[in-house]
Amino acid sequence: MRTSVVVIGAGQTGLAVSYFLSERDIEHVILERGSVGQSWRSERWDSLRLLTPNSQSRLPGHVYDGNDPDGFMTMTEVVGFLDDYARRIAAPVRSGVTVTSVRRRGSAYQVGTDDGTWDADAVVIATGACNTPRIPAVAEGLPDDVVQVTPADYRNPDLLPEGGVLVVGASASGAQIASEVQRSGRQVTLAVGEHVRVPRTYRGRDLMWWMEVTGRLDERYDDVDDIVRARHLPSTQLVGTPERVSLDLNTLTAEGVRLAGRLAAVTNGRAQFSGSLRNVAKLADLKERRLLEFFDEWAVEAGLDGALGPVERYEPTRIEDEPPLSADFAADGIRSVVWATGYLADHSFVDIDVLDRKGQLKHDGGVVTASPGLYRIGLPVLRRRKSTFIHGAGDDARDITEHLAGYLASVAVDEAECAVG
Amino acid sequence: MTTTPTANNGVNTEVLLGARKALADEPAGAQFTWRATNEWLHATHTKATVKSYFGLGAEQGHKVESTFEMDHPETFGEEDNAVTPVEYVLVGLGGCLSGGIAAVAQNRGIQLRSVKATIEGDMDILGILGADPDVRNGFNNVRVNYEIDADASEEDIEALVAQSQKRSAVFDIVTNPTNVTVSVTKA
Ligand SMILES: Cc1cc2nc3c(=O)[nH]c(=O)nc-3n(C[C@H](O)[C@H](O)[C@H](O)COP(=O)(O)OP(=O)(O)OC[C@H]3O[C@@H](n4cnc5c(N)ncnc54)[C@H](O)[C@@H]3O)c2cc1C
Repeated sequence: MRTSVVVIGAGQTGLAVSYFLSERDIEHVILERGSVGQSWRSERWDSLRLLTPNSQSRLPGHVYDGNDPDGFMTMTEVVGFLDDYARRIAAPVRSGVTVTSVRRRGSAYQVGTDDGTWDADAVVIATGACNTPRIPAVAEGLPDDVVQVTPADYRNPDLLPEGGVLVVGASASGAQIASEVQRSGRQVTLAVGEHVRVPRTYRGRDLMWWMEVTGRLDERYDDVDDIVRARHLPSTQLVGTPERVSLDLNTLTAEGVRLAGRLAAVTNGRAQFSGSLRNVAKLADLKERRLLEFFDEWAVEAGLDGALGPVERYEPTRIEDEPPLSADFAADGIRSVVWATGYLADHSFVDIDVLDRKGQLKHDGGVVTASPGLYRIGLPVLRRRKSTFIHGAGDDARDITEHLAGYLASVAVDEAECAVG
Repeated sequence: MTTTPTANNGVNTEVLLGARKALADEPAGAQFTWRATNEWLHATHTKATVKSYFGLGAEQGHKVESTFEMDHPETFGEEDNAVTPVEYVLVGLGGCLSGGIAAVAQNRGIQLRSVKATIEGDMDILGILGADPDVRNGFNNVRVNYEIDADASEEDIEALVAQSQKRSAVFDIVTNPTNVTVSVTKA
């Protein structure tokens, strides 16, 4: 089979790319191993709602048009939103096709799948950034009878065994899961490394509203001070609930969660936690404060100061005098571990020399320069800070498609010249 | 948010930033081995020597060889020829954090005028005496108290100290477990 462009993955980024390809009349297919929005269907837990408000459920040519712009979609609603989008833009999705290899063939590409092979001039990888839950090496030391889950397979507290739960990681996933597991009656110990603390609402507006209007999320990858750091930043401690509650270490402590430092080792049936809890909490408090000051300054400059609620500052993170340095799985009754330690993108199907020593794709703003005609979309800060957000897919997809169209035109010229010569 | 560094704390941040860039592409060169030797003198009095280390793919040497003597105090019934080994841990922690503060300040364009720290480690010596199996040998708490005079707000100074902890080797060594292998041969 032949087409001009193969797009791999029918999530928000693959669909947004399809929108711009169609706009340019570029022939393409989207190969999707499941159905549209598969990650939202099968890799999220039951209670999860988006942490971006409905007003930010925006894709090129498709916006949320319900009557609750400040609400947060359930997973069923997100899937419905993406399904509607795919239908509306008549995206050429081939469902149930898993890509198993991407190879170069001369100046073109051959895409191998479990349902035949596609030849194409260009390939856009839109397979998501959260393919493989990252599990730290210390997991190897866990006692055999301790149940391990990741946010990709965790569904709800009832599926965990009775008894204590160690949640490792205090970003959005870890903090949300720690909270609901604690509320289900299980004692949670939360191992806290570096994290990003933010309030749900500030001065009467949603945090994500602030992030967007201040231009923070539009910052480009080539303007960011420290891109390595920006691309590895943990997700913000946010939860989307109808009550618009904030989720931080203080609210978790109030619910009864026990805070510990980063999980540093597991030996002889004991977890050992780092003694750095106080500092990671301090760093998060200071950074939250700096962010709020930045918002306040912006509000004054934008002439909005009077229109917003009063300036707020929050209580510093409370850390007990001597946080636990270890926990004994058997003696302390910890029966399961939730690894909320982040995700990795999987590029193992790419059979081209474009991966770095850690298996991550080398790219310049989504353009895989070492292999002309190959593109990636949907990685953290790929082109902008908003690259992995639903409302960030559009701008990146437009840029990538523009570059891709230029590339296709240049190959077409080359071929024409060959034919003449 | 780029700040143009106007401060001069004497730290060569350009070399540090250059090394970060170069070594990210050449990870083998980033593998360092630090080394000290120790020799028993008498009773609990010993002497350590530091001269060479390995890094950037080759053996390296300090400009001068340094020696450090250690002993135990009279409260332990010893001669107190020098400070105790655990005090060297405090020395290392303070040195690492203060050096880090200078480097971070330089990078952030903050001029330091004075940086002073008191580093304290609490220890229940029933542990090392073997008198109570529930008491650990090492510190049960370490406190570092900084007094800093610099051209920056209190909050920015707090952020300096927090960032220095985040990047400190000795802070990491003290707060996290490390596998230690001790081998011996008969001389
Ligand atoms: C827990 C969680 C919560 C999030 N919450 C929000 C939020 O509230 N708001 C927000 O804006 N963003 C959120 N995100 C971030 C981001 O929006 C999602 O990760 C989103 O799914 C990314 O879209 P995508 O199109 O890049 O990738 P995906 O949605 O993951 O789409 C990739 C598609 O590729 C398919 N695929 C993968 N490999 C292959 C293959 N080899 N062959 C064929 N098909 C393949 C998958 O089945 C999938 O359908 C969240 C992410 C996570 C993990």
